[in-house]
Amino acid sequence: MPAPGRAPPRAPAPDSDGIALITTSDLTKVYRSRGREVTALDGVDLHVRPGEVYGVIGRSGAGKSTLIRCLNLLERPTSGTVTVDGQDLTALAGRRAHRAGRPLREARTRIGMIFQHFNLLSSRTVQGNVELPLEILRLTRRERAAKALELLDLVGLADKARAYPAQLSGGQKQRVGIARALAGDPKVLLSDEATSALDPETTRSVLKLLRDLNQQLGLTVLLITHEMDVVKAVCDSAALMEAGRVVESGVVSELLATPGSRLAHELFPVGGALADDDRTVVDITFHGATAGQPVISQLARGHGLDVSILGAAMDTVGGRQVGRMRIELPGPVAANAAPLAFLREQGLTVELPGATAPAVELTGEGA
Amino acid sequence: MTWDQMRPLLEQGTIDTLYMTGWSTLIAVLGGLPLGVLLVLTDRGGPLRNAVLNKAIGVVVNVGRSLPFIILMVALIPVTRAVVGTAIGPTAAIVPLAIGAIPFFARLVETAVREVDHGLVEAAHAMGGGTWTVVLKVLLPQSLPSLVAGLTTTVIAVIGYSAMAGAVGGGGLGSLALVYGYQRFETGFTLVTVAVLVAVVTAVQLLGDGAVRLLSRRERAST
Repeated sequence: MPAPGRAPPRAPAPDSDGIALITTSDLTKVYRSRGREVTALDGVDLHVRPGEVYGVIGRSGAGKSTLIRCLNLLERPTSGTVTVDGQDLTALAGRRAHRAGRPLREARTRIGMIFQHFNLLSSRTVQGNVELPLEILRLTRRERAAKALELLDLVGLADKARAYPAQLSGGQKQRVGIARALAGDPKVLLSDEATSALDPETTRSVLKLLRDLNQQLGLTVLLITHEMDVVKAVCDSAALMEAGRVVESGVVSELLATPGSRLAHELFPVGGALADDDRTVVDITFHGATAGQPVISQLARGHGLDVSILGAAMDTVGGRQVGRMRIELPGPVAANAAPLAFLREQGLTVELPGATAPAVELTGEGA
Repeated sequence: MTWDQMRPLLEQGTIDTLYMTGWSTLIAVLGGLPLGVLLVLTDRGGPLRNAVLNKAIGVVVNVGRSLPFIILMVALIPVTRAVVGTAIGPTAAIVPLAIGAIPFFARLVETAVREVDHGLVEAAHAMGGGTWTVVLKVLLPQSLPSLVAGLTTTVIAVIGYSAMAGAVGGGGLGSLALVYGYQRFETGFTLVTVAVLVAVVTAVQLLGDGAVRLLSRRERAST
């Protein structure tokens, strides 16, 4: 599935920690109930650069929901700090345990949020829903109406201003949610499983809208999801969460080129049996220019090998053609040093699944 | 008893009943609405969570709800006398009726407000809304159909209570049925009074149901 409406990728500077728009450091959340303690977040460090779409992916219960709620302090973290656009929100939160004071509420008006179940008021029209945050911002009736219609136009729902949410489809409801989230002209949009309740077609159109807003408005989007396709379609960077920790994070295109990357494996799962004594199974990752090269046929002809393809996946990630392939070469690993070296020379990422990492390196060096 | 004799009595009785019910309900709404909302807000997980206040309101409401109305009415005679100047008549009956109806309505408000999806409250908080925003723009508008249904139930309960007010000289249709129908053995008059009461209650119920239907129409998909 090619990412819809992608412009050429903006290469994020590899070393730009200093300008992160959203930073969490050592963020920890422990729930206590009836003497039992559950650690939902266990020292999460997140750096989201301005203008990027950042995806946090994980299974349910991994802590991603808690994480996104801690970013605008809907959940009060047990320890650690959250900084958004240079403002330390954890410091703004004040001492009162559950009520947000004025400084925090004002900070929240500048952070948009959309939800899995849209959370629209059924008692208000579409326009009324978009006007709610504007009422909180104390705009006049006339200003609110003008701004709401402008926002609805932006998400392609100008003709639905007077409809009630119950009359809209899921995708339209999420568009209203997005319009509402943009009411305070936020720099940051938090997306809490915003496409998880939508069908694949609608998911694509909502993701395209998010991508368009990201590019038109320079909006930084942090989304959490359990769908790898969402990461493939829109994310510049991604983090994999497990049991309250970020186990891997980085720029998606760079992760794909990293041997042993869990995210790369999850993004491009390739099936097929593992190696045994008389055959070698190799996972190769193509990215950038190599994706267009006839590497496999060169390998087969150049080394006189019978190459079997066990599994393969090709896709566009971050605007670049990327693919993974699992191939089988006859003979044990030791006998295939030359073909493996050839593959590495082509700029491919080569991994030997099932083999332990040091063994792979040793085999490679021996060539 | 002829119809000509009954008519002025019934007219006055109906007016008295509506008068007592109207004012009592109004006061019950003014008192019960904030109490009901506070019960939700101060509960565990609510934005104003406060166990002590929550328990205190809960106890007051439960005591008010569990006292039989006729006992409450007699017990409140000194209060009524202090407020109205007399403990007899329709105006005097408003005091115990309202005090009895406040906890009744408060519980119904609590139930209605609790049904509002927590995600909506979260959304309002995420937009930078405070507790007032949550109450005035989310909780109350979203629970309006249930609140109106609760109001209907309250009005009908108050009409029922107001018949008991007749027992201590409160006036109204209940008093008529007691004094003219029961004590003077005018079974016919009792039946007519009951018919009028049933008509009033039915009218209130139909009106309430209609309002609820009107309010919830927009929330159902019409596509």
